Amino acid sequence: MNNKVKNRLYIFLVTSITVLILGRFVYVSLKKNTVYFFSPTELRYQTEIPNGLIRIGGMVKKDSLIKRKGNQYSFIITDFKNEILVNYNGIKPNLFTEGQGAVVEGKLNTRTNLVASKILAKHDENYMPKEVADALKKSGDWKKKYGK
Amino acid sequence: MIKFFKVKSFKDFHDHYLFWVKIFFLSLVIFGLIISLFISPADYLQGDTVRIMYVHVPSSWLALQIFAVMGVCGFITLIFKTRVFTLIAKSIAPIGFTFALISLFTGSIWGQPTWGTFWTWDARLTSMLVLVIFYIVYIILWKIISKHSLAEKLTSITSLIGLANLPIIKFSVDWWHTLHQPATIKLTESSTIHPSMLTPLIIMFLAFLSFSIIIFLIRFKLESLNLKINSNK
Repeated sequence: MNNKVKNRLYIFLVTSITVLILGRFVYVSLKKNTVYFFSPTELRYQTEIPNGLIRIGGMVKKDSLIKRKGNQYSFIITDFKNEILVNYNGIKPNLFTEGQGAVVEGKLNTRTNLVASKILAKHDENYMPKEVADALKKSGDWKKKYGK
Repeated sequence: MIKFFKVKSFKDFHDHYLFWVKIFFLSLVIFGLIISLFISPADYLQGDTVRIMYVHVPSSWLALQIFAVMGVCGFITLIFKTRVFTLIAKSIAPIGFTFALISLFTGSIWGQPTWGTFWTWDARLTSMLVLVIFYIVYIILWKIISKHSLAEKLTSITSLIGLANLPIIKFSVDWWHTLHQPATIKLTESSTIHPSMLTPLIIMFLAFLSFSIIIFLIRFKLESLNLKINSNK
């Protein structure tokens, strides 16, 4: 390695370390501000109830989805510690069912009640054919593997 | 190893083996499409929509990997001033850009039926959009700067800065709450996808990879000839 290459390598190392440190600061400050959704527990520990639109994510609790007249639904979003009752008027996505993850966007009425204007279904990272899923559920391995 | 990275060796590879790479690509893509569209099973939850994955995931992987290669090439260009790596990065940039666009596009048509929205500003989608912007900046810099040595420098710096975005894309699903699900194929743990769906995914990835190699070989030869013409002027 000649001197020129060495010099450039030093400049590169110093700049990249500086950038990494700066990036760390950006990351820490972003982490506070870029919350895509809150979990019910996180919402519970907020000091004041957020006023505007807010997103809450979690599981749709089993046996909590009730269809009222027309397109009106109510259900409970849970993270297995805290729950939030959601009222929604509109079309629900295909994958939105009980026991699946979902993100709801809307305004809080009270600390535990949300009027949603939008529902987004979350799906997990597991892919398998229907027969396999059925077999797993039948044998009881489903709970062991996927925990719901 | 270093000896292999010469302009001539890539050109020779182009002249001698391009035909066979094309044959390899064609057989893989035909085979891959048949299994992914007809033979592989529908997902237990998403049904046939899951087949979008066989295009979406390989394109996303390649978009990231190609940018990673560009970043490494940018590093070598800046420090060691070896021209061949500049040419490699310049030739693969449009390929990665196209795959990034395909990834965003297929992702949004996958998102509509499953999540219920075409687009949302969660960390994964936003960081992927940033990657597309980096690709655009990189390509535009080559287009608008006519002086080769300056273009070389600026594009290499761009690709190095863009490199920082790659871990953000990769780990965004773990670091933040996102609508996008976490990774299915993991290096350290077992994958959470059934083998009958993993096979078409891998085959489609190899098909897309060999397609990238075809375009790369053609573009590399073209770029190296361009450079020769311009430097002789």
